[in-house]
Amino acid sequence: MNQGDRFIVRIKRQEGPGSKPYREEFELTFRTGMNVIIALMDIQKNPVTRDDRDTTPVSWECSCLEEVCGACAMVINGIPRQACSTLIDGLETPVVLEPLTKFPLVKDLVVDRRSIFENFKKIHTWVPIDLTYGAGPGPRISQEAQRKAYPLSRCITCGNCLEACPQVNSRSPFMGAAVLNQATLIDSHPTGKMNRSERLAAVRAKGGLPDCGNAQNCARVCPKEIPLVDSIARLNREAIIDGILGWMEK
Amino acid sequence: MTAKSNIIIIGGGLAGLMSAIKVAESGNKVKLFAIHPARRSHSVCAQGGINAAKNLKGEDDSVWKHFDDTVYSGDFLANQPPVLKMCEAAPGIIDLTDRMGVMYNRTPEGLLDFRRFGGTKYHRTAFAGTTTGQQLVYALDEQVRRFEAAGLVEKFENWEFLSPVIDDIGTCRGIVAINLYTMELRAFPADAVIAATGGIGAIFGKSTNSVVNTGSAVSAFYQAGATYANPEMVQVHPTAMPGEDKTRLISESARGEGGRIWVPKDGKPWYFLEEWYPAYGNLVPRDVASRAIFKVVYEMGLGVDGKPVVYLDISRLPKEDLETRLFGIMEIYQTYTGDDPRKVPMQVFPGVHYNMGGFWVDYDMATNIPGLFAAGEAEYQHHGANRLGANSLVSCIYDGMVAGPAAVNYASGLNTRAEDPPASLFDAETKRQSEINSRLMSKDGSENPRALYHEMGEVMRENVTVVRYNKKLKATDAKLLELTERYENIGLPDNGQSLVFARELWNMLVLARVITLAALERNESRGAHYKPEYPERNDAEWLKTTKAFHTPEGPRFEYEPVDVSLIEPRERHYDLE
Repeated sequence: MNQGDRFIVRIKRQEGPGSKPYREEFELTFRTGMNVIIALMDIQKNPVTRDDRDTTPVSWECSCLEEVCGACAMVINGIPRQACSTLIDGLETPVVLEPLTKFPLVKDLVVDRRSIFENFKKIHTWVPIDLTYGAGPGPRISQEAQRKAYPLSRCITCGNCLEACPQVNSRSPFMGAAVLNQATLIDSHPTGKMNRSERLAAVRAKGGLPDCGNAQNCARVCPKEIPLVDSIARLNREAIIDGILGWMEK
Repeated sequence: MTAKSNIIIIGGGLAGLMSAIKVAESGNKVKLFAIHPARRSHSVCAQGGINAAKNLKGEDDSVWKHFDDTVYSGDFLANQPPVLKMCEAAPGIIDLTDRMGVMYNRTPEGLLDFRRFGGTKYHRTAFAGTTTGQQLVYALDEQVRRFEAAGLVEKFENWEFLSPVIDDIGTCRGIVAINLYTMELRAFPADAVIAATGGIGAIFGKSTNSVVNTGSAVSAFYQAGATYANPEMVQVHPTAMPGEDKTRLISESARGEGGRIWVPKDGKPWYFLEEWYPAYGNLVPRDVASRAIFKVVYEMGLGVDGKPVVYLDISRLPKEDLETRLFGIMEIYQTYTGDDPRKVPMQVFPGVHYNMGGFWVDYDMATNIPGLFAAGEAEYQHHGANRLGANSLVSCIYDGMVAGPAAVNYASGLNTRAEDPPASLFDAETKRQSEINSRLMSKDGSENPRALYHEMGEVMRENVTVVRYNKKLKATDAKLLELTERYENIGLPDNGQSLVFARELWNMLVLARVITLAALERNESRGAHYKPEYPERNDAEWLKTTKAFHTPEGPRFEYEPVDVSLIEPRERHYDLE
């Protein structure tokens, strides 16, 4: 697309959870470097549809605009991704924006993703430290272990992996890749390992590993390119070994 | 047994999270309010690292040298005792977050690795790639989640603070907040409130900050009587990517790892920072680097291809270092420009970055309003007139470690508990806020709040950042007054995000004037505050903290001496040893 070209954005809108969805089209002017956020900001400044009708500004969530907070996930031309890091140039037009469908809708492109954090609670995604007083340095970690764990620690809980996953739906309790990956990450920490069995018991239960169908869509849509398939496979191995050990000790 | 206290914390970034951990750890209850889930707070944007004088590189680094670098970089405007305490706490903070599971980069022996940053000659900065803030937020948020699971912390995420509830003797008794999903208004009582409400970048329209960093909460507290200190001290980071929606930070760690700034001159690369500041080279403090880049671009006309950008070159650094130590910034740069910093130099320019000013607080992080504490970027205590790179993360966490226990201590000495003030106190404030909303919603004027915001940002960026002239500051204030008048004639297209934004915009306009007028008053150059008409630091007249007080006509200023009892002020030089 060239500077000054006109293009169309089609947005699925909905006033609230119970109300009827509708679509609106906006015609915008392309500028170099334009991302989906800038397009939405243009609409916010001038909420007039393509057929010249005044409308309300579109609601969406965003914060950092540099793909590290995870807030602005939405479905863009059929693919779940971050609005801030999706450049208009290179997208098919009309650009179609829809809310994520695997989370309760709040309004327009805003959805409530708190279920991810509730699931974090279920699997105890923290390193259980004693207290915050001067207990000296943390455990030593090899460069190799850090390099393996660091990519997993970059998850921005955007929810795109859940959106893309066929196993995440209203009939399934599956927690999704973002949650399982967090378990792998904490398990890989020397202190986190100490209560691994409790975490692994939670991921072996309903909604955890047994509900993963290995479709591998999660890794394909992850904006941070986290090796989610490997991460889940690692967790699976650990869960099996831990299960066998637990059974042998009985 | 004495009843436990109820503490409200506003803000889910590092300062808020650490405050919450401290309060909950002592068995007291927390209600944590955040605009987005804590994991999305702006602290996640901090890239390069966190300072602590661990002295693991055989350089004879020490807490005192960290303290000295911080005070010196801040051009002696910070009260020194709390800065020393922060530097003393820093090594323990790194250990603590290491124990929490932050995936810091390691040495071959498995110890924490440290790199260089601006304004220092020591390898003092621990880091997790270039996403250190993100890793710290996640680690602290998980500890808070553990306390949530234990029933000590209740999170109100997707709620925005609107106003404090202040009783008839001037004590802060709680807050009124709005649920951003349902637009429900509600008052919440508390024994004490900690404001960890972050920075103010949005006042400048475009900045390296997240869009939630409007300063709206700080401004609301200020309008309710909180004293605001050093408003004029706003840091402009030398290296950010210019963009239409924001200026994206390219971390100082790029230079800490050996990246070089240059522009083409006479057909050859000219490394002007290295030439002008041989002692520190590319790692001069941020105020110095930003001024140098302005000089090269605007005075000498040497911006790359005539544009207001300079090169930041990491393409010659060892390949493995780039991947293991600088991956995050290369990813950001490549995503938004399509260019690979491994191969071509990045194009960068200074961008508004950090607020050294903020709530006036005492050494226990108490504001002038009893029952109200402040922590993190929202307060003014540790950075003087220019923050040392990689000190923000440490100051945010340190503040939480002080503010949390201080709030609990205050609450335990209260005669009356949160439930004691009459319900009418809270109903009255909720009603007042509801009336503000109704009044705004009834407006159907022709001014678009987003357009007013755009104008405010432009004039603030143009006149109140790196170079400041009194004439232009006066013109800026006139423009802000004009925008304030035009605000009366806004129209709101909906009662959701537009309404919340209109409220934020009002608060931003108030704070923008405070910043501008405080800058106008200070006729000297110090740290980030630079006036060509007054190019020298003037300790005789201006070695003092600006304190702003709200009046309906605008800010009233008072000045308070700076505690320089530990290091005698000396001139700043980065060209010579």
